[in-house]
Amino acid sequence: MPINETDIAKVAQLAHLELDDAELKTFGPQIAEIVAYVEQLNELDTAHVEPALGGLTPEGEQADSSRADEIAGSLGQKVALAEAPDPACGHFRVPKVL
Amino acid sequence: MSRETVERSLNAAERLNETLNAFLEIDREGALQRATEVEKSGGALNGLPVAVKDNICVRGMQASCGSHILGNYHPPYNATVIERLINAGAVVIGKTNCDEFAMGSSNENSAFGPVKNPWDTTRVPGGSSGGSAAAVAAGIVPVALGSDTGGSVRQPASLCGVLGMKPTYGRNSRYGLVAFASSLDQIGLFAREVADVARVLGVIAGRDNHDSTSAEVPVPDYAATLDGNVKGARIGFPKALFGKGLDDEVGTAVKNVVDAYRELGAEIVEVELPHAGYAIAVYYIIATAEASSNLARFDGVRYGFRAEDAPELRQMYRQTREEGFGAEVKRRIMLGTYVLSAGYYDAYYRKAQQVRTLIKNDFLNAFKNCDAIITPTAPTPAFALSEKVDDPLSMYLNDIYTVTANLAGIPGLSVPCGLSSTRLPIGFQLLGPYWSEATILKLAHAYQQVQPFTERPPVCA
Repeated sequence: MPINETDIAKVAQLAHLELDDAELKTFGPQIAEIVAYVEQLNELDTAHVEPALGGLTPEGEQADSSRADEIAGSLGQKVALAEAPDPACGHFRVPKVL
Repeated sequence: MSRETVERSLNAAERLNETLNAFLEIDREGALQRATEVEKSGGALNGLPVAVKDNICVRGMQASCGSHILGNYHPPYNATVIERLINAGAVVIGKTNCDEFAMGSSNENSAFGPVKNPWDTTRVPGGSSGGSAAAVAAGIVPVALGSDTGGSVRQPASLCGVLGMKPTYGRNSRYGLVAFASSLDQIGLFAREVADVARVLGVIAGRDNHDSTSAEVPVPDYAATLDGNVKGARIGFPKALFGKGLDDEVGTAVKNVVDAYRELGAEIVEVELPHAGYAIAVYYIIATAEASSNLARFDGVRYGFRAEDAPELRQMYRQTREEGFGAEVKRRIMLGTYVLSAGYYDAYYRKAQQVRTLIKNDFLNAFKNCDAIITPTAPTPAFALSEKVDDPLSMYLNDIYTVTANLAGIPGLSVPCGLSSTRLPIGFQLLGPYWSEATILKLAHAYQQVQPFTERPPVCA
């Protein structure tokens, strides 16, 4: 499935990236080349193969990651806002949604 | 004693930084203070100076991940591995330069300039953990931390002539490692001495309740079995991987390593990894897909850089990410978004995960007949700066020997085995079954007893 400039623009939108014209012109062929390269996987018959989702090791799969439903410490508002670009009254302030 | 050692590291880091650009932050005051404390409190690592890749969180120091989009972000917490290092008496002297968000094989994708290879400063140190590799190679610190998603510890280790270890997936906690690809990432180690890898791995490894992907597998004493005796060890040799695309000098050097193991009494076994040729394709689907998800959090809302004067929220997201991310990161986010998008998920992402199972099974089968597999680490010695920046696919092919370990989740260790005719380091890689770090460390140590790598780079502490 060859990728064209419309595909690139659509994907950029999905990824919240605002590419300029120069980038659209450069990235297009580069991404198309990589996609063409990865298409070689179609040479393989994987009809009866399970996807490798989940823990890679049996021990990793078995690890139990639940804990008791008890209140534990948290960052706290002051620390959580310490790196905020625009904190306001204990909130993260952002431009309005139109 | 530790204050002097730490001071020597700090001096070297500062003195060499204009030449190498290995460090993004050097914390003289904090490190000396910590060194003084450790002189009283001691600990298993007792003042060991350590450099840490800038995508691993150290409280009070920066975490740029080699990117502009994190702005002046200072994490309010330590990564679990850092917490364990500090509690054992190690001293973090600084944060090292890396490819942006760990995406790259040359450290040329850093927003803060490339790192130079101490063996030849017109050449790359490898990536993405180029700064950590260079810091150890140049003798600034004995140990450095990096992260390895497709080879980002092992490949720069090979190009810089040091040891580079990526443990089994789930051996080290990823809490505090800024995520690139969550099913592939592992924190790894650089050092010159196998004994140092062994003792530091022993300190940082182990289950962490903050990381549900870390496994509940006991941490052995990795140093205890470094006795030089590898008689009867079965080493798998995948002949088919030593063909096209491999530099002749690298191929010869690694075959000489096989001979050295034979002389040490190891048995060499032929193995096949029939799907290894598809690994790069699988990797660049899975890693980019996971990255597109993990990097969605960088939106200018809660921390880091925010684009100015955006009139509206979604415009702010787009401008922040456009201005904050570099080209390679954008490329990979785009690729990942594409392979996950409606209509393409089955054709690409699901397919890649199926081939991943085939690659994993290749290793499980091979390990029925051997204790470890030997390959080159990188297909060539260090290449020149700018040589591959315009051809992403050619850059990706630097990872052909390393990505398989991340896809299968198995541990890998790169070991220096000589210099090329142009005096650039060559490394070989040992791959082992799950949880076999002790075995591959033992094999590496035994090799180093008979073939120590004593060469030092021109740029050196």
